[in-house]
This record gives sequence, C-alpha cells and structure tokens, in this order.
Amino acid sequence: MAQLEIKNVTRRFGDFVAVDDVSLNIEAGEFFTLLGPSGCGKTTLLRMIAGFDLPDAGQILLDGKDLADTPAEKRPVHTVFQSYALFPHMTVAENIAFPLKMARRPPAEIHKMLHETLEQVHLADKAAAYPHELSGGQKQRVALARGLVNRPRLLLLDEPLGALDAKLREEMQIELINLQRDVGVTFVFVTHAQVEALALSHRIAVMSQGKVEQVDEPSRLYGFPSNRFVADFIGHINMLPAQVIESAHGHLRLSVPGLGEILAPPVAGAAAGAQGVFAIRPEQVRIGEHGEISELRNHLPGVVTTLLYRGDVTLYKVKFASGKMIEALLPNAAAGRAELFEAGDAVKVGWRHDAGMFLHE
Amino acid sequence: MSDESANLSPAARLTKWLVSGPPFIFLLLFFVAPSMIMVLASFRYPGEFGGLAPIAAADPNILQGFTLETYQFFFGDLIYSEIFVKSFLVATATTLICLLLAYPLALLIARSPKTSRDLMVLLVILPFASNFLIRVYAWMIILGPQSAFSQLVNSLLAVFGAGPVHLLFSPFAVLVGMVYVHLPFMVLPLYTNLEKHDPALLDAAQDLGANAWQRFWRVTFPLSLPGIFSGSALVFIPVLGMFAIPDILGGTGDMLIGNLIKEQFLGTRDWPFGSTLSIMLTIAVLLIAWLAAKFGGSRGRYA
Repeated sequence: MAQLEIKNVTRRFGDFVAVDDVSLNIEAGEFFTLLGPSGCGKTTLLRMIAGFDLPDAGQILLDGKDLADTPAEKRPVHTVFQSYALFPHMTVAENIAFPLKMARRPPAEIHKMLHETLEQVHLADKAAAYPHELSGGQKQRVALARGLVNRPRLLLLDEPLGALDAKLREEMQIELINLQRDVGVTFVFVTHAQVEALALSHRIAVMSQGKVEQVDEPSRLYGFPSNRFVADFIGHINMLPAQVIESAHGHLRLSVPGLGEILAPPVAGAAAGAQGVFAIRPEQVRIGEHGEISELRNHLPGVVTTLLYRGDVTLYKVKFASGKMIEALLPNAAAGRAELFEAGDAVKVGWRHDAGMFLHE
Repeated sequence: MSDESANLSPAARLTKWLVSGPPFIFLLLFFVAPSMIMVLASFRYPGEFGGLAPIAAADPNILQGFTLETYQFFFGDLIYSEIFVKSFLVATATTLICLLLAYPLALLIARSPKTSRDLMVLLVILPFASNFLIRVYAWMIILGPQSAFSQLVNSLLAVFGAGPVHLLFSPFAVLVGMVYVHLPFMVLPLYTNLEKHDPALLDAAQDLGANAWQRFWRVTFPLSLPGIFSGSALVFIPVLGMFAIPDILGGTGDMLIGNLIKEQFLGTRDWPFGSTLSIMLTIAVLLIAWLAAKFGGSRGRYA
C-alpha cells in the first residue's frame, strides 16, 4: 500500500475543472514532484492534500486512512509555502518550535528537536534572529526546518525555490536532496520548472489541464515521454509530422514530409499508415562536414541558419533544402572548439536509427 | 542633519523650507507659544476680576509677581488628584471597551471581500457627518427616563426584583457617550493594521497544527499590537481631556479633568490654577505616550 493514495480526485471551480479525475500513489520516503505549467491543477491538488481545500469527488488516503474529515491542523502533513510564510513576530527558533508547541510536546523534547533541526539546516547561529534579518536562502531553510521539525508523514513544498536566484537555487536543490535523504520524510514537491523537477525527484507526475499526463522517473520521462505534451514540456525537442510506412525488423520506417524516409526505434501500436510526429532531442542530432555523419542511417544535408552559443554547449538551427528546420545541441568540450560552425555553413545532419521516437497523434 | 542639507541644491533647500515652514510656524505660534504662556501663567496670581494679576504693580497691596501657590494648592488637596485618577479610570475603561467592540468589527472588515471593505469603512466614519454635540444630545433622549430603552432596562430589572435606575446623568451615561464618540478612532487604525496581514500566515499556522483560537492568539493578535497601540492612544488621550460629554451626560459627581480645567477658565476665572491643571494633564499624557512608545516600539519593528 502506498503511503499517499489519491483516488479519482476531482475539483471544480464553477465550470472550470481544476483537477480532473486524478489518481496517484506516492510511496513512503519518496521525493515526488507534481510538474506542470501554471493553471494545470498542481497547486489545487497540493492544497487538497494539505487540507485547505476538499475534493468534489474522489478520495485522498494517508496510510490507508481517508483524510476527508480531518481538518488541516490535524493532518500529519506540513507545507513549505512559496512565500515561506514565516511568522514575522517570532524569532527563527520560535518559528521552528511553533509546530512542536502546537503538538504540545514537552519542553525538554521541544528544546532537543529544535536544536537538532537548527543544526540540520545550518541555522544554529541565527536562532535569535527575526525573519526580516535573514537572506532569502536562510528564510527558505527556516521554512523547511519548520515544516520538518515535527516529523510529518508528508512534507508538501509549493514552488519553494521560486523566489531564489539561479545560483542559490542550485545550492538549495542539493540541500533539499540531502535533507530529504537524511530525514526520510516523504516530499511532495510542486513546481513548473522542469529542470528542478528532473534534478530533485525520484518520480514526477506531469500534469496538464487538471489531468496527469505521465508518471515516471526523471530519466524515463525525458527519454521516453508518452505523448507530445510531455515530450514538449520536458526539455527541448524537435517535432516533425510523420507517417508510419512500415514497422519491421526492429525498427520503424517513417515518412517525414520535407525530410523523406527515416528510421526510428519501434513503438507499440504503430501500424502502417499511422499519423503522428517524429520527435528527437537536439543533443541526439549530430552535425558535421565530413563523412562520419554519412555513416549514420539517417542523414541529410542542411545549412546552419542561427546559432546560440551558451558556453558549455551551442544550439544550432539547421535548415534542410525543403525549408524544414531542426535543432542540434553540440557540447563545446574540446579546447578551442568554441564555434565549430558558423551561420551559413553547409553541413551534414544525422542521427542514429535508434534515436528519437514516434509519437501518435 | 547638516550633512544632508549640505548636499541639497539651493532650489531643493528652498522647497524643503516652503514645505515644512508653514506647519512649523503654525505649531510655533499656536502650540509652543501658548504652552509657554500657560507655563508662565501657572506661576502667577489670579487677577481680581479674573485673568492674571500684574507681574509688577505700583500698589503694594495687590497681588503681584510669581508664586508656587497653584502647585501647592493642587498637591495640597486630594480632591484634584482624585479627579485625575477618576479621569484616568474613565479613559482606561473607554479605551478597553472601545478595543473590545472595535477588534471584532475591524477583523470582520479586514476579512471581508475587497469590494465591500470601502463601504464598511465609510459606514464606520459616517457618524462624523453629523455634529458631535447633536450626537451626544441624542444620547440624552435615548438614556432619558421616558425613553423606550430606559423603560425596557427598568422593567427587566423589576423582573429580578431590582429597583428602577436612572441611566442619564450617571457615570454609565458618560461611559456610553465616550465609547460611542471614540469608537471609530479605534476601528480605523486596527483595520488598517489587520488588513495588511498576509493570509498565508494563517494558512501556515493552521498547517502546522494551530486551531482557530491559537491562530488568532499566536499570529493575528501579536501582529495587530501596533494597531492596538495607536488606536488606544487615539482614544485614551482625547477622552482624558473631554469635558463636553461629562457636562451633557454626567451628573454632578461626574466631573473629570476636562470639566475642572474648563471651570477654572470660564467659571471661577482662576487662570493660574487652570494653567497648572492643564500642565499636569500634559505631563501625564506625555508620560503615558513615552511609556507606550517604549513598550510598543520594541514590538513594532516587524510591522
């Protein structure tokens, strides 16, 4: 039995269906992420788990027990809010001790748990400070400590890194991973930032328009998206309309208008004549001037139209003779190879026959 | 200060004087100067027919010069200190009753939908649209012995075997009038404070295990302390000096500091003693304001 079971949960606001028949199982000790664009229903779902909102239909079970009649203050579920929501009139120590006091733990125990947690989030020297005296990262750690100190069954995190700058966000991501591993509390993390979701999570549920599109491990979600929405939402991907010619010999033969015939890895249920798209990640596309590309099963000539130099990698936009475009992402690993190609260069574009995928319409 | 003005251009310096000058001069002429006159007056003798006795006169038989007589008089008779204490008690009671009535109202307004808040605030200040004295006289009718309210109270008391009471011209009537007039001064600062509270804080408190009472007592209330302090000051200080309400609604025994001071200037025409009473009141108010700032200031930093 999963620790948190969400069974056919639906929530409507007037005519708008915010959460549409969602079912999810979240295991104990898991770092689970709800990922989706704003308005996809992920925050509504989180608020229902916390107890700030109730489902119109369906059930939410924690350790097998229906939470419907348990008010938010009685649920062993704590939340780290996007705005942190630290109590401005309380010191760091008072903020963190708040849930312990509400749970009426004895003073000696409060003292012990408070100091353990302060150590854990590296805030022992800030115990007497007020929230307005802290930096963004420190506020974030107080919010985390306050959510974790009473050892909830679940910790819900609502876009907690959204307010931090890029460098601090990366540090906090590492701290979050370590903290979650150390305390072993189940994390349910809500974000619209797919990079963050991929970096942090054990499993991710991609949501769109109130529905769950796919639930999978980050690498499977990235490598094997189950539909066009997921493929497009997670990372960058080239998408070209395609039709199946035949499925045989462990691969698919596709007809891609503007590119001709290409080979793609097999996919279940792709019968001859099926319409869809051929999708391939830019880093799977290679470009070169020499024969090495011609050895690949899929290769075509093209012209570099634009390039975006990003330091570690360069993104090339290449145009085929038919006018179709494809993006290729090349690492700038070799010394002195900062810009291998220039705009206007005639190049060969190719990819392995087992790269990319056919996605049904 | 000198560093700041040194960096200003002549035009900016002129603007600064033009903006801050008029109120400064106004306060100098109509607050500082009269206060000085009052301090001086408190050390003089009363004139034979009111006003002040001359500082120096040719006739050695008339009172002249300076004296500490009024202060000796003030501290010599306990009745004045008693009136001070009574006035402070009335002001404290009015402030507490206003606070108890205003807090739920301010909270209700602050938690109402944004669209209806302005209307509710307007309703709170609407009584100001009619004249202060008329509103106080209205209470004379409401509390008068023939009024429906008085008769209702007395028939209720009769059920419990208690004798009829006279509501008007009593400390009760004074308190009712004081609370009624000053309630908006408590509601407005409280509302202004409560309206700024981040609703996420209450969500966080609930999420962390606080029930409705704990959410109020540990989050809303402490965060509203600055509002409570400013509202209390706006009620307490005017009530302390108020003379019209005790005059109209109070009985003969309900004299407060305000009435006493008014009496010295308009009744017995003893200006020096009136000045002394006034100065004592100012000192008392400043003392309270200083204590409030000291107490309130330490809690105001997060607001």
